[in-house]
Amino acid sequence: MHEFSIVQNLLDLIERYARKNRAERVTEIVVSVGVLSGVEPHLLKVAFDTFKEGTVAESAELVIEIEKLDLRCRDCGKVSGLEEPRFVCPFCGSLNTEASGGDGLILKRLEMECHEGSAEGKN
Amino acid sequence: MCSECGCGHTKKILEVSSKILEENDLQAEKNREHFSRHHILAVNLMSSPGAGKTTLLEKTADLLRGEFRIGVVEGDLETSRDTDRLRARGVPVVQITTGQACHLDAFMVHEGIHSLPLEDLDIVFIENVGNLVCPASYDVGAHLNVVLLSVTEGDDKPEKYPIIFRSADLMLITKTDLLPYVDFSIERAVKLAKTVNPSIDVILVSSKTEEGMEEWLNYIKKRLGA
Repeated sequence: MHEFSIVQNLLDLIERYARKNRAERVTEIVVSVGVLSGVEPHLLKVAFDTFKEGTVAESAELVIEIEKLDLRCRDCGKVSGLEEPRFVCPFCGSLNTEASGGDGLILKRLEMECHEGSAEGKN
Repeated sequence: MCSECGCGHTKKILEVSSKILEENDLQAEKNREHFSRHHILAVNLMSSPGAGKTTLLEKTADLLRGEFRIGVVEGDLETSRDTDRLRARGVPVVQITTGQACHLDAFMVHEGIHSLPLEDLDIVFIENVGNLVCPASYDVGAHLNVVLLSVTEGDDKPEKYPIIFRSADLMLITKTDLLPYVDFSIERAVKLAKTVNPSIDVILVSSKTEEGMEEWLNYIKKRLGA
């Protein structure tokens, strides 16, 4: 259950962006979780909702996007985008596959409320 | 002004692309450089509890004595039992009691290595917390990541815990002296591990009979440039 540790890192990042942009509150954040990142989306959400209390993201909603794993089958040649860490070709059942992608764990977007005129320019 | 209620706030959407574990990854890189500066090979050992990490280290320490000097960073939830076992063999050990944390991260290892006599060491083993899930997400700054799979755990583990087997350079199949008593197919375990990680190396080892120990030690020595 390392999702609690990961949420601490995530909240640190959010606080940093919020401060830089003089945001009063963060209302939504979008995180991309790769299926091979070792992070369980449901647990990440539970951990986020537990630890956001008292932070600038207290009222923020966490939106999780799943980064798929691309599996190329060396036998039938088909490519599949999988939302779970499986390495068996869903078309022909072969184990002779090559996986790529799906290992990211990335904060992609923050939606925040800033005082008029106080936000810095582009980031 | 806020278009919804006229409250004087502005809504701002910020597109970023920040790795959530970036701080850890940066520290891990620093750890790796720190080890390299001291000409030390750092080896991260990961496995489920009871796969034989500490016993492997005891045997490794015995067999390398006089040839290479090893130190250990020991991650343990509570007790110092593993640390005591290794100290009894004269190995410098620094224990990191992780409390509730289920893994070591690069910052914990960084703290640990400053308590080791690095000038006197050739190899530092990082014995991670016994867990096949959480340690996979954290780069601790080792040069070599090793996952142990004991034959009593079952040959299906690489498929069940693909992420940790994907993060490893080497899979050590341990307790092979017990093979006659368990239904464990080496062939199946290797096939599954190679499926999730085609470049993973495999060595079969028994700390008890010392079968495979030489191959394991040679694997390490090769990376030491020895």
